[in-house]
Amino acid sequence: MKLLLKGARVVDPASGIDGIRDVLVDGDRISRVDTSIPAEAAAGAHIVELGPSLVVVPGLIDMHVHLREPGYEHKETVASGTAAAVAGGFAAVACMPNTNPVNDNASVTRFILKQAAAANLARVYPIGAVSNGSNGEHLAEIADMREAGCVAFSDDGRPVATAALMRRALEYAGMFDMPIIDHCEDRSLAGEGVAHEGFHAAQLGLRGIPAAAEDVMVERDIVLAHATGGHVHIAHLSTAGAVRAVRAGKSRGARVTCEVTPHHFTLSDERLRAPLIYDTNLKMNPPLRGDTDRDALLAGIRDGSIDVVATDHAPHHADDKRVEFDRASFGIVGLETAVSLCIDGLVHAGVIGMGRLVELLSVNPARILKLPGGRIAPGDTADITILAPDLQVIVSAAAFRSKARNTPFDGWPLRGGVAATFIGGRVVFANAAVSQAAGLERREV
Amino acid sequence: MSETASRLRGKDLLGIADLDVSEINLILDTAEAMKEVASRSIKKVPTLRGKTVINLFFEPSTRTRTSFEIAEKRLSADTLNIAIAMSSVVKGETLIDTALNLEAIAPAIMVVRHASSGACHLLARTCRAGIVNAGDGTHEHPTQGLLDAFTIRERKGRIAGLKIAIVGDLLHSRVFRSNILLLTKLGADVWACGPPTLMPPGLDRLGVHATTRVDEAVDGADAIMMLRIQLERMQGGFFPSLREYFTVFGMTPERVRLAKPDAIIMHPGPMNRGVEIASEVADGPASVILDQVTNGVAVRMAVLYLLAGGGENEAAA
Repeated sequence: MKLLLKGARVVDPASGIDGIRDVLVDGDRISRVDTSIPAEAAAGAHIVELGPSLVVVPGLIDMHVHLREPGYEHKETVASGTAAAVAGGFAAVACMPNTNPVNDNASVTRFILKQAAAANLARVYPIGAVSNGSNGEHLAEIADMREAGCVAFSDDGRPVATAALMRRALEYAGMFDMPIIDHCEDRSLAGEGVAHEGFHAAQLGLRGIPAAAEDVMVERDIVLAHATGGHVHIAHLSTAGAVRAVRAGKSRGARVTCEVTPHHFTLSDERLRAPLIYDTNLKMNPPLRGDTDRDALLAGIRDGSIDVVATDHAPHHADDKRVEFDRASFGIVGLETAVSLCIDGLVHAGVIGMGRLVELLSVNPARILKLPGGRIAPGDTADITILAPDLQVIVSAAAFRSKARNTPFDGWPLRGGVAATFIGGRVVFANAAVSQAAGLERREV
Repeated sequence: MSETASRLRGKDLLGIADLDVSEINLILDTAEAMKEVASRSIKKVPTLRGKTVINLFFEPSTRTRTSFEIAEKRLSADTLNIAIAMSSVVKGETLIDTALNLEAIAPAIMVVRHASSGACHLLARTCRAGIVNAGDGTHEHPTQGLLDAFTIRERKGRIAGLKIAIVGDLLHSRVFRSNILLLTKLGADVWACGPPTLMPPGLDRLGVHATTRVDEAVDGADAIMMLRIQLERMQGGFFPSLREYFTVFGMTPERVRLAKPDAIIMHPGPMNRGVEIASEVADGPASVILDQVTNGVAVRMAVLYLLAGGGENEAAA
């Protein structure tokens, strides 16, 4: 079955394309990309007139999500999480191992992949635990999990507990040239903190997590990556100090990459006080930082120091959030708001162009995790996202495909959204508001 | 002439942060009338007759709960005390469910103390009853701030322009947070002093002079407000020893002499004698510590009257 996407702006930094193109999909592959593909050259193809207001990009990849299955299916399942992913424009997600049981062995990895195959939505790439039970003591069976399908290793939710374990993990995973993804937080400094240590937390009487808790751990990891030659990927970076450390580490040749979340570059800790005071949907780890940190994240996105935008999609049941602030669970959902926040807050705000956004959301996650994707070229698998940069979106948590509703962005008007998501040439999500006009509906093609 | 409102805007008293100057003055002025009630032989008015006030204390408290309870009884409210040890919370019930169950018996006001900052805000959003914050975590303790301001005003006749030194564990003190908001709103020159390990960030943004030198804080002060050192914090390594703390920060007669001759000494209690304050100071002529306790009842009567009195101006009749 063929599909001809006509007349859209194609943005594909990996191929150096940013212009109006036609894209021909044949089965699960891209077969041709050209300025104009005549109908006769696409005989039998379903023709979709997209037009220049829509942007065809390589399928987006979120390299940091929590799917909660096994163990916390009341919060999210692989099926509900991947439904949220495709609705958010993500053709693939990498899921963290802090499930119950922890994904620290090949049997859990295989279970997750089985659930993903059954859901048959976004591609799922499990991330295995660095240590057994993510308890920071003994290395988990990294080679075995790699064989089963894990693409990276992390004790996310917790930092890799000790410098010694981090060193061994970098050395051991380095044997397979795989990254260790670290949640950088010195627990002795973070203590029982629930918000960024600063003026606002002090006024609200919330226990603080100092920026230094992140900075010292990022510095530790970069020193160890440099010493071992291993690849460390810093998860959800949030402080100006961490941006400086990554920038310096890269300049001296350490193998360090990093990601930032849309909520950290969109919000600052001032938000804790208005419009809703003590809103537990603003409780995340790392916490929303100060304005100077937020500015540093935007600068890092602009100058290339930051490699990836990832959501840290952390679904929780309403019961986990409808409690006192210091008792509430950390984290917010992100899969279904990320694209709108990125287009509105980065592209329309003039921080970066669409090409750079595609690097952050597709090219670089594919490169770091060594995944297929990140490119629209003949022969590539047809994982494609169609963006609608001018679509007026009102975020509606009630309409999320995710089981969870924990977002601080409910009701936000944003400019930019997702028109459609393709996986292997198959339309797995089509936004009715945009796609029907173009003759695109969710269907097997 | 101070600006005075005729009523409070909200149904709750969650913190000083939510009050404007005219509301603060209204509470303090009303408290003066309430204090007069306490001087009568029959210390009771019918203002809240037929209304129920629930004291919901998730943290142990003797002086604040007792003060509220006396205030409620003097206003003729029906009072109900719920302490954590007897509540369903120990069985796993959420705070909201606990409050909603209590609300089903239609209280006018719930006076809430809780270990979590913001717990009262959560309840205020959920409950129809008025919520009075009797101390939430390390956030605010607004009636303590109001009674402190009342006591200063009573003794000094004003608050604007006074130098007020607050010394002690600033980081963990909800009394401190309410007081800096209140005293700066009323125009005082507030000095905050404590070890750097117990000093929250951003004090300068609140219009407070922050210092680690006690002598500088109390020099020429009109009022010195001591904060309790929470002995359990000793395990946190915030300072080396109680002995050293007293040496560096303790309020001694020698330090008091640096203040104005008519300076008053305050403490929200309970005191650690020989840790943050010497007994000679606590029991000395400048001490108004027991006046604070007395005034607490009047201030709490005023707050309850203004929130639940329904505008019936019979309290002081």
